[in-house]
Amino acid sequence: MSAPSIASRRSPVTARARAAADDFDAARTRARQRRRALVQVLRVVLAVVILGTWEITTRLGCHGPDSGTCVVDPFFFGQPSGIWSQLVTWVQKGTAQGPLWEQIGVTLEETVLGFAIGVILGIVFGVALGRNRLLSDVLGPYIKAMNAMPRVVLGSIFTIALGLEIPSKVALAVVLVFFVVFFNAFQGVREVDRDLLANARILGASQGQLSRHVILPSALSWILASLHTSFGFALVGAIVGEYLGARKGIGLMIATAQGTFNANGVFAAMFILAVVAIVAEALVTRLENSLIKWRPNAITEVTI
Amino acid sequence: MLQTDPTVPAIELRGVTKRFVTTGGMAFTALHDLDLAVAPGEFTAVVGPTGCGKSTTLALISGLEAPSTGTVRVFGEPVKAVGRSVGYVFQRDAVFPWKSVLDNVAMGPRFRGVDTEHANTDAREWIARVGLEGFERYYPHQLSGGMRKRVALAQTLINHPRILLMDEPFSALDVQTRALMENELLDLWASSGASVVFVTHDLEEAIGMADRVVVITAGPGTVKGTYKVDLPRPRNIAEIRFQPRFIELYEEIWNDLRDEVLVSYERSKHRVAS
Repeated sequence: MSAPSIASRRSPVTARARAAADDFDAARTRARQRRRALVQVLRVVLAVVILGTWEITTRLGCHGPDSGTCVVDPFFFGQPSGIWSQLVTWVQKGTAQGPLWEQIGVTLEETVLGFAIGVILGIVFGVALGRNRLLSDVLGPYIKAMNAMPRVVLGSIFTIALGLEIPSKVALAVVLVFFVVFFNAFQGVREVDRDLLANARILGASQGQLSRHVILPSALSWILASLHTSFGFALVGAIVGEYLGARKGIGLMIATAQGTFNANGVFAAMFILAVVAIVAEALVTRLENSLIKWRPNAITEVTI
Repeated sequence: MLQTDPTVPAIELRGVTKRFVTTGGMAFTALHDLDLAVAPGEFTAVVGPTGCGKSTTLALISGLEAPSTGTVRVFGEPVKAVGRSVGYVFQRDAVFPWKSVLDNVAMGPRFRGVDTEHANTDAREWIARVGLEGFERYYPHQLSGGMRKRVALAQTLINHPRILLMDEPFSALDVQTRALMENELLDLWASSGASVVFVTHDLEEAIGMADRVVVITAGPGTVKGTYKVDLPRPRNIAEIRFQPRFIELYEEIWNDLRDEVLVSYERSKHRVAS
């Protein structure tokens, strides 16, 4: 592969082709920028329409002290302005259980711990069962049965056994995360290219080297894909755990708001959870990209 | 390095039969009573119609598969596991997509206990030898098909295999790249002294490269005939096909191969129809 010679690069034909290519590139860049701006504007419009409709319908037709006369009753369904003032109150004056940051911190701690432990256990068991036919044949039905169960009910057991502090929430998050990661790791190991395995064996790889250099990297794209869903599950585990019984955390804030018929409080807590989830999603995507840079610009373009 | 006794074949298959159980639970005979011997340093090409068990033969020699009956010997020793003296170039890409070119080539020595630094030095040398200098940090998906094949060659040859098995290695390449790679392989082989079994469905490629061409029957595979290729070396693959002796050999072997190709074709039509 030699570079094109200088003579051919200077010929008028090539120069003209080059100019045309530059024009084409510039036009494409402009089109892409226009489209991106359009998407941003439409996003904002959508939010304004939904929140605006919500706000207006909870203010229309109200007369007297009874909020039930409004088109949509803000007592039951909340109100964007009420949710906002609830958030401001929490930030400025703290929640009923203490400062807001402390609640977010506790929930995050439970989520991250549950996520990390669940992921590690999922990978270890997934790879072990994926590589060992006997083990997977023996344990397979039990794992399927446990996966089919609505595992959230285990939260009650954990609350009784592990108490109201962090461990019971971490345990629930681990149980939820484990299965997602486990099934992906298992499938990833099973889908390893047979030619790659044969090649590594011919080159002299031992069983351990096969796992490290062929099976794990190959299963990694499957495992990483499962991290997106499983972080959400970790959050569900922490929140449901707190909801069932806790002294601190966002789940407890929701339970408290429910107990005092504070619809705005429930929505405000949901808003905080949504922000946490979006930040976590971005972090997982970044981790994914740094771990599998060998993949031709992978699935990253399909992000919503 | 073991002393090689020229009277002991490098590779010897005696009365080898290989049966598989298909996913449908049916028994399938890939090879039936196959006899094949390859002398030390000999380049043998194996040709036959699609599905005649050519790839299975290589899997048996490498130790990836065991024969159902019969014996497989490499340098007089029965093959029990994947042998250390064997190199295998696969038909499809089998380089590791998550490793750079350098790491891919260095993998063999590292698997065999050489420390990373020495393995890398050795790997750089081989990368240069197959003409990929400057591409050490690239990942396979950034390379063309021909370049990936070069990586696969370097990855295999760095282990100094005394037995080199090749399963239609160049079938996915365009014609020009292919002729280039064939010549380079012949150069590398000439300086290595390895015994080669080169599986292909392309008779021109087989005659152009090999000392001997073995024709396998339509499955279950068994040896139909062997032909000595008495063309002088060194050869240029792109030009050797114009020599009268090449054309004679081609005609002779093709007469043998044609019937098997027809049998295989009739059968595949049958399968589609049923």
